[in-house]
Amino acid sequence: MTGRFRRIVVGLLIVCMGGMGAPLQAHAGIVETGAMVAGAERERLASLFERGDVRARLEALGVDPAQARERVAALSDAEAAQLAVQLDELPAGGDLLGAAVLIFLVLLFTDIMGYTKIFPFTRSMR
Amino acid sequence: MKFQSTPAAAGVFILAANLLAACAAPQVSGLIERRPASLANSAEIAATPFFPQEDYQCGPASLAAVLAHAGRDATPESLLPEVYLPGRKGSLQAEMLAATRRHSLVAYPLAPRLEDLLRELAAGTPVVVLQNLALDWWPQWHYAVAIGYDLRRREVVLRSGVTRRLTMRLDTFEHTWARSGHWAMAALPPDQLPATAGESAYLAAVAALERVAPAAARRGYETALARWPGSAAAHVGLGNASYAMRDLAGAAAAYLRATMEFPEAADAWNNLAQVLVELGRRAEALVAARRAVSLGGPRLPAYRETLDAILRTP
Repeated sequence: MTGRFRRIVVGLLIVCMGGMGAPLQAHAGIVETGAMVAGAERERLASLFERGDVRARLEALGVDPAQARERVAALSDAEAAQLAVQLDELPAGGDLLGAAVLIFLVLLFTDIMGYTKIFPFTRSMR
Repeated sequence: MKFQSTPAAAGVFILAANLLAACAAPQVSGLIERRPASLANSAEIAATPFFPQEDYQCGPASLAAVLAHAGRDATPESLLPEVYLPGRKGSLQAEMLAATRRHSLVAYPLAPRLEDLLRELAAGTPVVVLQNLALDWWPQWHYAVAIGYDLRRREVVLRSGVTRRLTMRLDTFEHTWARSGHWAMAALPPDQLPATAGESAYLAAVAALERVAPAAARRGYETALARWPGSAAAHVGLGNASYAMRDLAGAAAAYLRATMEFPEAADAWNNLAQVLVELGRRAEALVAARRAVSLGGPRLPAYRETLDAILRTP
């Protein structure tokens, strides 16, 4: 409920601040190809809210404001809608070090269980 | 060496080895048992550039490889501000697609099939893939670039992390890839159709390009029309891309052609009406707008708005 309210407020702010938040969809009067291909038309205003929200999230996650605007502008309507709803749950590919961390933890576990002895600082339970 | 010092450790490894041996992946098995004659046994795009990734930056590094392969001037450093999300220490799939568009390339998400991935590789197109190298409950998301495969050796070849040529067992690859929902994307110049392009998926990919790079989108629609001449959406898209470039005469010509070939395409009539009124041809615009309204369909309210706006135009 509050999330939705926040989203609307953020969207409104973006629109009020000169609409620089979102790329304006095609000119009034033109049916966009995206709408024809997707088969489902999104309301133009809803899409503006979503883009404003995504832009605010990107900035909160450390993206430079000018870049955030361009990054949001390059999203399709469907992508913007998806990010608006579940940006925090979506995978962000990037972590190779994490694999090393995982192996470290597995070996730590096996060390502690007494199956392995890799680390000098562990003491087996047995 | 230390592993072998206890029988229990040996037991764990034997168990693990058995599990791995049993771990043939479904798509790989199907493909190897019934390889379509049209699919080559092996392929490798050795010319694919390689950018060893720094910490967390496999997204920009993988993207740079396919963009550079498509002739764009891109490095992981130049792409960092376009795809990297500092707060998540990674890159989102949607932003990988979006950044591709900013370089006037069609970002085409592949159908989630191993065969499609291999077909693109056989056709010479390197493909960015998203893998989860660990487990569903402990994901380690990682982008890599698939550049080749060998069905006889049951291997895929990747540009991955700091490894220029990583060969991975196809089954292991499929398991790690399946955890991302088999996500894969190709980045292609708009005059080049992906080998596995489907009509609606390709048109959606080009439509997403319309706003960012309308000239590239126009070229993409021409490519689509050469392959699917009967696509009304591609005809209308051609007009929309011209419209986005403020080439009103070009847009009018494309919409007109669409209405002649597809007289039932209400969207084409509506857009034709809009561009005609902007060109100052109000009388013709009215005829087209009325046609759109009388045809109706799911976007009828939009057609009515167009008609009303034209009626208000002096």
